[in-house]
Order: sequence, then structure tokens, then C-alpha cells
Amino acid sequence: MDKLINDFSFGLFIWQIILFLLLLFLLRKFAWRPILKAVEDRETGIKDALDAAEKAKLEMANLQADNEKLLQEARAEREVMLKEAREMKAKMIADAKEEAQAEANKTIANAQTAIEGEKKAAIAELKETVANLSVEIAEKVVKSELSSKEKQLELVDSMLKDANLN
Amino acid sequence: MRKNTLVRLLSVFIFAVSFSATAAAIKDEGDSPKDTKAEIKEYIAHHLQDSHDFNITASTDEETGKIHHYGFPLPVILVDDGIQVFMSSKFHHGETVAESNGNYYKLYHSKIYKTDAAGTLNYDPEHPEHPTNVRPLDLSITKSVVMMLVTGLLLIWLFRSLAKSYGKNGSIPKGIGRFFEPIVLYIRDDIAKANIGEQKYRRYMPFLLTVFFFIWFLNMFGLTPLGVNVTGNIAVTAGLAIIVFLLTNFTGTKDYWKHIFDPLGDGMPWFGKAIIYIILIPIEILGLFIKPFALMIRLYANMTAGHVVLMSLIGLIFIFKSWVGGPLSFGLSFAISLIELFVALLQAYIFTMLAALYFGFASETHDHAEEHDGEVAHL
Repeated sequence: MDKLINDFSFGLFIWQIILFLLLLFLLRKFAWRPILKAVEDRETGIKDALDAAEKAKLEMANLQADNEKLLQEARAEREVMLKEAREMKAKMIADAKEEAQAEANKTIANAQTAIEGEKKAAIAELKETVANLSVEIAEKVVKSELSSKEKQLELVDSMLKDANLN
Repeated sequence: MRKNTLVRLLSVFIFAVSFSATAAAIKDEGDSPKDTKAEIKEYIAHHLQDSHDFNITASTDEETGKIHHYGFPLPVILVDDGIQVFMSSKFHHGETVAESNGNYYKLYHSKIYKTDAAGTLNYDPEHPEHPTNVRPLDLSITKSVVMMLVTGLLLIWLFRSLAKSYGKNGSIPKGIGRFFEPIVLYIRDDIAKANIGEQKYRRYMPFLLTVFFFIWFLNMFGLTPLGVNVTGNIAVTAGLAIIVFLLTNFTGTKDYWKHIFDPLGDGMPWFGKAIIYIILIPIEILGLFIKPFALMIRLYANMTAGHVVLMSLIGLIFIFKSWVGGPLSFGLSFAISLIELFVALLQAYIFTMLAALYFGFASETHDHAEEHDGEVAHL
């Protein structure tokens, strides 16, 4: 201890404190502050970049979810539309069939009415024609039958006979 | 692979040169081993002290017995009868008396004494090692001061270039900065933030970084063949410890002082506290001084011990003077050198770590009440 105190160099002590404080001051100004600032800036930069990446990832996921949802919706809509179309088709066919049936029935009914009318007309005409023919034929027969007097008399006789019989 | 081998060979070579340079300085003049031992002891003692010359090695002329010193002189500045400035070459390594403006000085065991023109030193009969002559205030640029200057310039150059490389290179360090940046970050994250806390660590960062690299670099310089022992000098460690002491107490918060003068807080009625505080407060106040004192002694003792062990092992070569002793001593000192490389970093780390811890105590502001309630309950 005695030696330690005796060897203590006060001059070196003073120099050490002066030099160290000077070094501290210079390094603080020219080295530590810029270094620590640069490092901190870099760290915040990295952190920001990571945050941004994380955010972008999240946004991406959101977007994907949105897309998925949209797709799902579109698919559902398509499904609905297809179903509707199918129903409409069926309905249209059914309607068309029904209409056609009704039309056909109507046509048939019309045709039948027409045929009935035609038939009636034809029958009436036939009747008329047959009557006319019969009259003509009867006329002609009568004419030929009653061309002579005897025959006229004969007819009267026969008719009288018939009338007698009755 | 080849590069690795080359690096290994180179480091072995550097160590070898370092040893031989140191070893060459220890000249065995006497033939008896006792003289050699005494000389080695003296040499080690001399090495541990500061020096007024930047000596790298010395050799003795075989014929004339004259010692040649290799190195360069340094300026001597003495506060005595005004300021005396002259080069240390005037002392001729303590062999002659230096004259400056009519005052005479003699260099004896690395210390400057004021003498008469003949250079007479008066010895205390009880302490034959210590002359009773007046010692003027010695503000010389000694070897340690030079090494501190060199280290300071090296640090400024290194970290200035690191700071600049951020601007040029888009926030990415270049060259040697790639090695130092992780260390700077380690000090920030694991020493400053861990011990001081997120809010307040910033103001202490310049000191912690400076002190860490200052001690580390000087420790490393101590392992080079330059033969300097700056951090193993108690004046240097005392300076560092005092700065830590002042920083701690001048930045101390209200809570810090409360912790010292009223550590129990409201946890106990005043009459209870009075009894305990008679013992507790002196202990706390003593603790204020013991903390930096321990810092000072720890660094000093570790570095000095390392140098003593290393040099003693090298000295063994000259004691054994055999084919067995030489390589054995070399191997041992090589191993110790590797340990010292680690110790150089470790001591810098410990000093910085403890300084940060003390700053952490000084700047804490959180509420102690609960903590101390717990402590009282334990008591």
C-alpha cells in the first residue's frame, strides 16, 4: 500500500483525466452520436419495413378473402341464375305446350264445327238435289206414263182401286 | 485453409517477437542465478511503472558494459519554479543530472527528484528505496500519456470512419466497422439498456462506449512488444473511477439519494428507522465510495497481475538457461498470453458493465415503496 501510494503519479492522473474527457467529448461529437443515430435510423427503418410487409401481407390476405367471397357470391348467383333459367325454360315449355294444346283443341273444334256445317249443307243440298231429281224424274215418268188417254184412265182406275182398297 | 495457416503462423511469429523483444531487454550480467532473479524482479517492477522515455528495448555492449537504449525520448514538464520543459534525453536514463533554468533534476526509479548540481539523493534511513528529496509536480508526457494519446487518436480515427461509412454506404458499415458495430450494439443493448433502462440509457452511452474501447485498446497495447502498462497504472484507473463516481452522483435522481438516506421509506415508523439508520446510512455512504474504488483496484490489479505473471514466465528462461526451461517457459507464457488477450476484453467489459450498473442505480426513478415493504417483511 505504501508503495502504491508512493508510486501514484499525480501527473499521469491529471493527463489521464484531461485526455479521457477530451476523447469522450470528441468521440461523442464525431463518432458515437452519428453512429448511434445511424444505427437507430436503420433499426427503425427495418422495423417500419417489417411492419409494412406485415401490413401488406394482411391486406393481401384480406384481398384474397374478398376475392374468395366475391367468387363465392358469383358462383351462388350463377347457380341461382341457372336455376331460374331452368325453371323458366320448363315453364315456357309447359306454357307453350298448353297453348299449343289449346290452339289445337280450338282448331279441332272449329274444324269439327265447319265439318258439321258443311255436312249439313251438303246433306241439305243433296236433299234438294235428290228432290229436284225426283221431281224431274217423276215429271218425266208422269209425262211418259200419261202420254196416252188410256194410260191416264188406267192410272185413275188403279188409283181408285187403291183408294177403294184403303 | 491456407490463409488460416498463414494467420496462425503470423500470430505465433508476433508472439515470438514480442517475447524476444522483452527478453532481450533482460540482460543477464551476473553469472549467479540470484543476480538474475533480482534483476528480473527489478525489470518487472520497472516495466510496471510509467516511464519518461519511450524505450522499446535495450542491450549491453559486451566489451564496454555500456547499456544501449533503443527508443526515443519524451518531453518532461515539471511545475517547479515556473514550468520546466525539456526532453527526457537529458537524464540519460537516470545516469546523469538534468539541468533546466538553473534547477537540477535526477531520474531515480522512474520518478524525478530535485537535486543539487551533483545529483545527490538523500535517503531516508528507514526506507532506503525512497529518497527524501523534493519531488516537483511532474506533468511530463510519459510513455503512458503517449499511449493514451495514440489510443485516443486511433479510437477517433476508427469510429469516425465507422460513423462516416454509414452515410456513404446506406446505413451499412464498411471494413473494420463491421467488426466494431456489433460491439457498439452489444454495449448499447446488453450493457446500457439492460442496466440503465430504455428511457435513460442514451445520456450514458458516449461514456460507456468510450470507456470500454479506451480500456480494451490500452489493455491490448499492454500485450504488444511496446511494453506499455497503462491500464495497470493506478493513476489511470483512479482517473477512470473518479469520472464514474462523479457521473454517478451528479446524474443521481431524487430516488437515488432517497435510497441512500432513507432506504426504508414509509415501511417503518420513524423511531424504528432511527435505530437502523445509525448503521445503515453510514454503510450506504461508504458504498458510494467503495463502488468506484473497487472499479479502480479491479482493473489495476488484474492488468498488473497479468503483466507480472507474463514477465515472470518470460524471466524463467533466463533463470533456467536450459533446453527444457526455455520451451517450457515459452509454452507457458504463450498460454498466459492467450488468457491475457481474453482478460483484456473481459476487464474492459467488467468496468463498463459495472459503471452501467452504477449509472442504473443513479438514474432509477421507479417507485420503491412496494419493494421495500417486501424487504421489511423479510427482515
